[in-house]
Amino acid sequence: MFKLEARNVNLYYGEKHALKNISIGIDPNTVTAFIGPSGCGKSTFLRCFNRMNDLIDNVKITGDILIDGKNVYKSKIDVDEHRKKIGMVFQKPNPFPKSIYENVIYGLRINGINNKQVLDETVERSLKQAALWEEVKDDLKKSALSLSGGQQQRLCIARAMAVEPSVILMDEPASALDPISTSKIEDLIYELKSKYTIVIVTHNMQQAARISDKTAFFYLGELIEYNQTATMFTNPDKEQTQNYITGRFG
Amino acid sequence: MVKVKEKAIEGFLIFCSLITVFTTLGIIIVLATETIKFFSEVSIIEFFTGTEWTPLFANKKFGILPLVCGTLLTTLIAISVALPLGLTIAVYLNEYANQKFTAIVKPLLEVLAAIPTVVYGFFALTFVTPLLQQFIPDLSGFNALSAGLVMGIMIIPYISSLSEDALRAVPKSLREAAYGMGSTKLQTAFRVMVPAASSGIVVSIILAISRAIGETMIVAVAAGQEPKFTFNPLTSIETITTYIVQVSMGDVPQNSLEYRTIFSAGMALFIFTFLLNNISFWIKKKFQQKYE
Amino acid sequence: MSNSQLNRLKDLAFKIFAIFCTSVGLIVLVVLLYVVISQGLSRIDWDFITNLPSRSAERSGIYTALFGMIWVLVLTILISFPVGVCAGIYLQEYGKKGFLTNFIEINISNLAGVPSIIYGILGLELFGRLLHLGNSILAGSLTLSLLILPLIIVSTREAVKAVPKSLREASYGLGATKWQTIWNVVLPSSFGGIMTGLILAISRAIGETAPLIVVGALVYVPFVPSSPMDEFTVLPSQIFNWVTRPQAGFVTNAAAAIIILLTFTFMMNGIAVIIRNRFNKKTKF
Repeated sequence: MFKLEARNVNLYYGEKHALKNISIGIDPNTVTAFIGPSGCGKSTFLRCFNRMNDLIDNVKITGDILIDGKNVYKSKIDVDEHRKKIGMVFQKPNPFPKSIYENVIYGLRINGINNKQVLDETVERSLKQAALWEEVKDDLKKSALSLSGGQQQRLCIARAMAVEPSVILMDEPASALDPISTSKIEDLIYELKSKYTIVIVTHNMQQAARISDKTAFFYLGELIEYNQTATMFTNPDKEQTQNYITGRFG
Repeated sequence: MVKVKEKAIEGFLIFCSLITVFTTLGIIIVLATETIKFFSEVSIIEFFTGTEWTPLFANKKFGILPLVCGTLLTTLIAISVALPLGLTIAVYLNEYANQKFTAIVKPLLEVLAAIPTVVYGFFALTFVTPLLQQFIPDLSGFNALSAGLVMGIMIIPYISSLSEDALRAVPKSLREAAYGMGSTKLQTAFRVMVPAASSGIVVSIILAISRAIGETMIVAVAAGQEPKFTFNPLTSIETITTYIVQVSMGDVPQNSLEYRTIFSAGMALFIFTFLLNNISFWIKKKFQQKYE
Repeated sequence: MSNSQLNRLKDLAFKIFAIFCTSVGLIVLVVLLYVVISQGLSRIDWDFITNLPSRSAERSGIYTALFGMIWVLVLTILISFPVGVCAGIYLQEYGKKGFLTNFIEINISNLAGVPSIIYGILGLELFGRLLHLGNSILAGSLTLSLLILPLIIVSTREAVKAVPKSLREASYGLGATKWQTIWNVVLPSSFGGIMTGLILAISRAIGETAPLIVVGALVYVPFVPSSPMDEFTVLPSQIFNWVTRPQAGFVTNAAAAIIILLTFTFMMNGIAVIIRNRFNKKTKF
């Protein structure tokens, strides 16, 4: 069974038809990259999976989105509970203006988990998974805002993983970061693959080529092509894909 | 369970917001019911056109014009001070002033706005009136002039800060166009910026007038308690607000006609300020589109 | 004189006029403070603060007025702060662009422009008469609470609005409910702004005289209040009473009381500014 699946998904911002009949199936424990020029709908589509589009007014969605076979929009699910099973990392790092410790365990606190031992263990585990532990372990009470951009983003990843979701959605997680931080995060994604299913939106094609197993190319709200990454970048089916990848347009 | 809690919280929050609606309703209902009872005993015509207001004397007259006159007189004096000063300051801050100047003037204006009005009243009575009496021997101890002048100083921040906001909202491109054609600062300010911000400036003036009309303590302390249908600023007068204070402090029995004058006078005051405020909101809304 | 020379002259004349205008405000402020301080400073001594009001100016003091003020302030804060913050949160976080939200917003704008004495009339009838609270501290506090409620609501909204959307998204992304997000992320981040708004509203409430007079703040209160149902007087109404007495001693008393009142007012405004500045530096979004 697919971990994440979409069938004939259409999304409208008011009158604007932003996503056109998207169907895709994503296997568990893979890294999938969504690529495409700005405004093609890849971020919007990503946010369908954890219903973050609910936060915007005037949005209408038709079609089916399934996670582990369960329909996310149609069946009576609790949106907040659903979001806890899916982690999201945003383009610009958005740590809370709290300490590093409090940031990581935010997800547990809102679930009523306050046992100090459990929290301490979670903090260490998550920060280690995010490859941040060594750099911050001496002062977890420090404000998260005092970290560098790259560190903040890894903190956000740790925060997302602290609640042990099975899926992690990343919306251009490294686009606001310098190259060294970017490569650290790319290494991280590669390591996480064994435990999580990861979908990453990126406008950096080289990044997609580096870290993903499969790639989906979006253009003007449509899914043009979805294939093994190696194939996509060397021998794509569609001409549009070929043109985008070779830089004919962007 | 969580959903129930969320809904309950939202319900409580809505209730808190609705308290403001209840407040307005309360004001209207309270004023209206007592005013209606008042008009069952006093003719509306007398109320609106009579020029004598003596509800607390033996020979009762209920013409509100003297109080309206007193209010308008003090307001007029106040605006004639606050408008030129406030507008000039706003233009200067917007067009000419540098960082240092603004950093001194802005807090200064905030301080002026923060001083309790009873202190201004004290100042008007014990300093301004004696000072003016040296130049104007006819000036009586309680008079509209001192109160109006001091009230004007108090309202300057209203006009200056709202006008400055209006000027700041004018797109930079207009100012650059004026300078690009060689205008001086003065020409740019008064031929381009002020007209462009005129709706906002008018709004600030209307709101300042409304504030002046509703002002109580300065006039209660310094302007006197003698209702007179006059536009002579040198004599003592009474405003609507002072009258309400005067009756409240007296021994008027509840449910009497005299007691109800509080509400009819209050109703007149409320209607004036309500109209002015809503005219200003309407102007703001209607003319704000211009530069969107 | 050429045209441009004339223009430059006009420009200069305006600059001078503007400096004059600004000076007027500054001069009035300085003179006012001087008048008050020179008349009242010598009157302030321990007796003045601890004496009850009396028929004789020399023996009068502000003890009961001070305590009345504290009582009224504390109650007003307890009533208006939660209601105002909750209303502000609702309008900013929950309110959709519908009729109800619009209506409430227009209503608040209107209330902000209603003369304070009208609130006094409302309080007199609603709290004093209908709810049988008479001219008690509770009636006065409820009245003042209604008066400053719009201020607290507006400043709460501004503070909450300033919290970036990205923080809310991070919280929702982790599965937090709306209220959890508000309580754990939005409120802590906007706390400084909310506090500043509260202190400024309180500073305004300290100086309000008219509504309390109408509700029934007395001028001769020979005891310190011990319950919210007691009668009371506050500093501004005491000042008002003393200013209207003909004997010179009372004018001095008024000046002295004004110094105390201004001290409180400026102190509160100063604290608000400090909090505002410190808070702006701490959470640089």
